[in-house]
Amino acid sequence: MDGIHDMGGMDGFGKVEPEPNEPVFHAPWEGRVLAMQRAMGFAGAWNTDMSRFAQERLPPSVYVTVSYYKRWALAMEANLIERGLADADEIAAGHALRAGKALKRKLSPDTAAKGAPRGSFARETNRPARFKIGDRVRAKNIHPKTHTRLPRYVRDHVGAVVLVHGCHVFPDAAALAVENEDPQWLYTVRFDGRELWGPDGDPTVKVSVDAFEPYLEPA
Amino acid sequence: MQLRVRALETVLAEKGYIDPAALDAVVETYETRIGPHDGARVVAKAWSDPEFKRRLLADGTAAVRALGRDNRVGDHLTVLENTPARHNMVVCTLCSCYPWEILGLPPVWYKSAPYRSRAVKDPRGVLADFGVKLPADTEILVWDSTAESRYLVLPMRPPGTDGMSQDQLAELVSRDSMIGTGLAKAPGAQ
Repeated sequence: MDGIHDMGGMDGFGKVEPEPNEPVFHAPWEGRVLAMQRAMGFAGAWNTDMSRFAQERLPPSVYVTVSYYKRWALAMEANLIERGLADADEIAAGHALRAGKALKRKLSPDTAAKGAPRGSFARETNRPARFKIGDRVRAKNIHPKTHTRLPRYVRDHVGAVVLVHGCHVFPDAAALAVENEDPQWLYTVRFDGRELWGPDGDPTVKVSVDAFEPYLEPA
Repeated sequence: MQLRVRALETVLAEKGYIDPAALDAVVETYETRIGPHDGARVVAKAWSDPEFKRRLLADGTAAVRALGRDNRVGDHLTVLENTPARHNMVVCTLCSCYPWEILGLPPVWYKSAPYRSRAVKDPRGVLADFGVKLPADTEILVWDSTAESRYLVLPMRPPGTDGMSQDQLAELVSRDSMIGTGLAKAPGAQ
């Protein structure tokens, strides 16, 4: 979707402000939100693209004003309700009022101590890759209403394939259902800065995105 | 927010979805174990061991895994070498993708709107926010992490470091230098 999250190239957000000696978490609840998200992902309640899509659907004014982990928490509440894993009255009450649903598995302290590793996103395929390194490709001018990982700032622009990563879970499909992986070839496509930003762009800059095959056409 | 999040955790635990002790372990892991020191060790080894560096640049996944790190980000890790002619910088304009398992959790600025919006359009301006000025003719490659591929920048080894041990070298490798918004520190610098 053409949402506020798709920020590449926007003006007006000001300077980047690094925080000296930044702590890992700024409050204990931030760590709990991160850990809950990891645990629910591990349990198969939703996947990473569903989490992202839930954040993308927050009202733009909320998205840009709340803190990072609050955004995660709001998305998690939305995903719980949408998937029937908890109801709004339970979240408001702070207690379960009905029995939980069965999930695939539960994160144990031992596995968590290893950082709750993510699954691999690579998938086997018999389908040949459509593009190879060096091919010139155009990012399609598409505007799906649902989750996509093709940023607006590259759409309808021409770049070159510089890496082929293999076949990976397709976020546009996976955001809609856990079992909906629809693996696609994944490429890194590099664009000249002036192709993206016009003749006033910095001529020494090149920008790449990781683009799934359905995002691309030969140029 | 503390109360709201505690309420959420209580619901999830009572529903049987999560074990609060597992959450403790996740928090502890990211607070105390996984962090930029992991990436710094990889960089210091690459600076010291040309054969390791060759393998790291050819296949970041395999090279990091061979160090005995059993993690998953390595499945999709690409290492980008900075040179006098070419500087690499990593961003995620759409959310906050970052090589967690080798750098820990990203800093707030990496996830912020100013960085996400400007890194792809005005990387020299962003570098200036970090006090970094590159020669005008240095090529800048910005890598927008829009899929599950993860990128680690291999910064240039600073001059005056001949003969230093890998532990000493790792001290010079800042987190920002592995994202591409900083350079490795000179020996003796703060």
